[in-house]
Amino acid sequence: MLLTYHFKNALTGLKTNKTRSFLTILGIVIGITAIILVMSLGAGAQNFILSQVQGLGTKTIAVIPGRQPKGPSDAAQIFSDSLKEKDLVELKKKSNVPNLAKVMPVVFGGETSLYENNTYRLTVFGGTELISSIFDLAPAEGQFFTEDEVKSRANVAVIGSKVKEELFGAGEAVGQKIRIKNLNLRVIGVLPKKGQVSFFNFDEIVILPYTTAQEYIFGIKYFHRLIVEADGEKNIDTVAEDVRLTLRNAHGVSDPDKDDFFVQTQADLAARLGAITTALTLFLVAMASISLFVGGVGIMNIMLVAVTERTREIGLRKSIGATNNDILTQFLIEATALTVLGGIIGVLLGAGLSLFIGQMLQRFAAVPWPWSFPWLGALLGIAVAASIGLIFGIYPARHASQKSPMEALRYE
Amino acid sequence: MALIEIKNVSKTYTDEGAATTALKNVSFAVESGDFLAVMGPSGSGKSTLLHILGFLDKHSEGAYFFQGKNVSLYNDMELAKIRNQEVGFIFQTFNLLARTSVLENVKLPLLYSEVPEGDWDSLAREAVEAVGLSHRLNREPSQLSGGERQRVAIARALINKPKIIFADEPTGNLDSKSGQTVMDIIQKLNDAGHTVILITHETYTALNAKRIIRLQDGIIASDEKVTNRRQAFEKFVK
Repeated sequence: MLLTYHFKNALTGLKTNKTRSFLTILGIVIGITAIILVMSLGAGAQNFILSQVQGLGTKTIAVIPGRQPKGPSDAAQIFSDSLKEKDLVELKKKSNVPNLAKVMPVVFGGETSLYENNTYRLTVFGGTELISSIFDLAPAEGQFFTEDEVKSRANVAVIGSKVKEELFGAGEAVGQKIRIKNLNLRVIGVLPKKGQVSFFNFDEIVILPYTTAQEYIFGIKYFHRLIVEADGEKNIDTVAEDVRLTLRNAHGVSDPDKDDFFVQTQADLAARLGAITTALTLFLVAMASISLFVGGVGIMNIMLVAVTERTREIGLRKSIGATNNDILTQFLIEATALTVLGGIIGVLLGAGLSLFIGQMLQRFAAVPWPWSFPWLGALLGIAVAASIGLIFGIYPARHASQKSPMEALRYE
Repeated sequence: MALIEIKNVSKTYTDEGAATTALKNVSFAVESGDFLAVMGPSGSGKSTLLHILGFLDKHSEGAYFFQGKNVSLYNDMELAKIRNQEVGFIFQTFNLLARTSVLENVKLPLLYSEVPEGDWDSLAREAVEAVGLSHRLNREPSQLSGGERQRVAIARALINKPKIIFADEPTGNLDSKSGQTVMDIIQKLNDAGHTVILITHETYTALNAKRIIRLQDGIIASDEKVTNRRQAFEKFVK
């Protein structure tokens, strides 16, 4: 009864001092907005990364050359040329990795492509005929290269939809020749619009036999990745372990700490990236909390001003029977009403902004961005706002409650 | 048993090391139903006396008995309860809440009482009617004249049906006509059984009372019955 009365009173007070109330809660609004925004975007980024990682399929394992960095100061990617043709041969042996279904070497890099007078910067992706099944790709026009074309270092290429658009416009692409680094490649296929899959944008890519890419474009004899597919999801850990043992054996490494490669399952990658986004989110939330603290001090300041301004009111209330607790409650409710209002505005703003940013990412960066209202963040934000009101309101409220009624009444 | 009895009450203020004595050994009793005016020039201690009698301040020495009980034995919570239930205050500056309707202003003491919320409205309307302001129920103080504001304050003082009404210079901020109206109402309240203690420095206001105590430098200079009491108009008989 007393609570609802004071709450209504507090809202009336907010309305009569609109500008002041607004400025007072601005710090809280900004802080809560930032927190909701960061949490919501963080969750979106995590969803996005997970969907990307899962785009490659949960049966696949990536073997990456170099030593896995153990910390920020660890020099990464030293043995970056450690994966070679003989490893491929070893991994294909049934006796080494019994549950292996497919293995594909991958080389990649950024290059400029040329057709007549058009140039386009794209990603060169060298693989084998297995690429279509591993990445679930089927050409919209033409076809993929064959195993024989991989063996014979054929000068053939399958291009992404964007590449076709940039180089050929509305014209026919299949059968034409594009030029990358003095190498003429015959276009044999065009990919459908696919977008981002596991860190490669297949619309801005040209796929060719890895042998061709190694020899004529990159001039290397090693691989940037080995993509291994297990024969079933349940065998993924067995396959990962068998791959490790096989490669260690082939490279003559006895101490696992001295491995010159590392094996990454999609689950590993998801967990690692998830941990990074979580840490980043937490860090940003901590930064935003500073704004909340500053906002809280602002609340305390303005409540002290209000208490002084309303000294006579406090005196009057005491003279007609208000106890110290009644006055304390009144001012605490007022402070909390302010901060909770700020919290609600902040939650709505933060949720709205994150929705907007998600929409923009979807529209202009073609990034799939699932958005949902951050209920947890909203609850947390409002709870935090309320506690700020209570924590920073308690000092001014106590100050108000302990005024002597007589002195308060005589205050001018 | 007197409603109020003080014995040798003194009040000393200490401000920045210097002690000022506002009241010195003041003793008197007020019977239930009395109408006492306390007069004196400024600095005579009359406001201090009212604050002590009204449980807003504590005396330094002596004893104050309210309904036979020593006030020093009450704690802060009990004093708040007494202020809420036994006492009504009328101030020179009205002390109404701004941007709050007449009705809500009058209800204010009920907020701190045990009166059920369902009864608040009818009690407040009754009190407003007693001061003749029923047509102003939803106005805010800024829309009222000084006299009307003081009548709202009187209605607020009345709402808990207090035994004593303390009036601290109630006409001090009013023109003489509004002042007379206010004093008429206060006389009627006294007739209805409320004990009234009035602080004023104007003799013609004090003449509304039945008894006048004059204070001079913190001591009682005189304490006498009023023989030529001003008669209230019959305007607000209820």
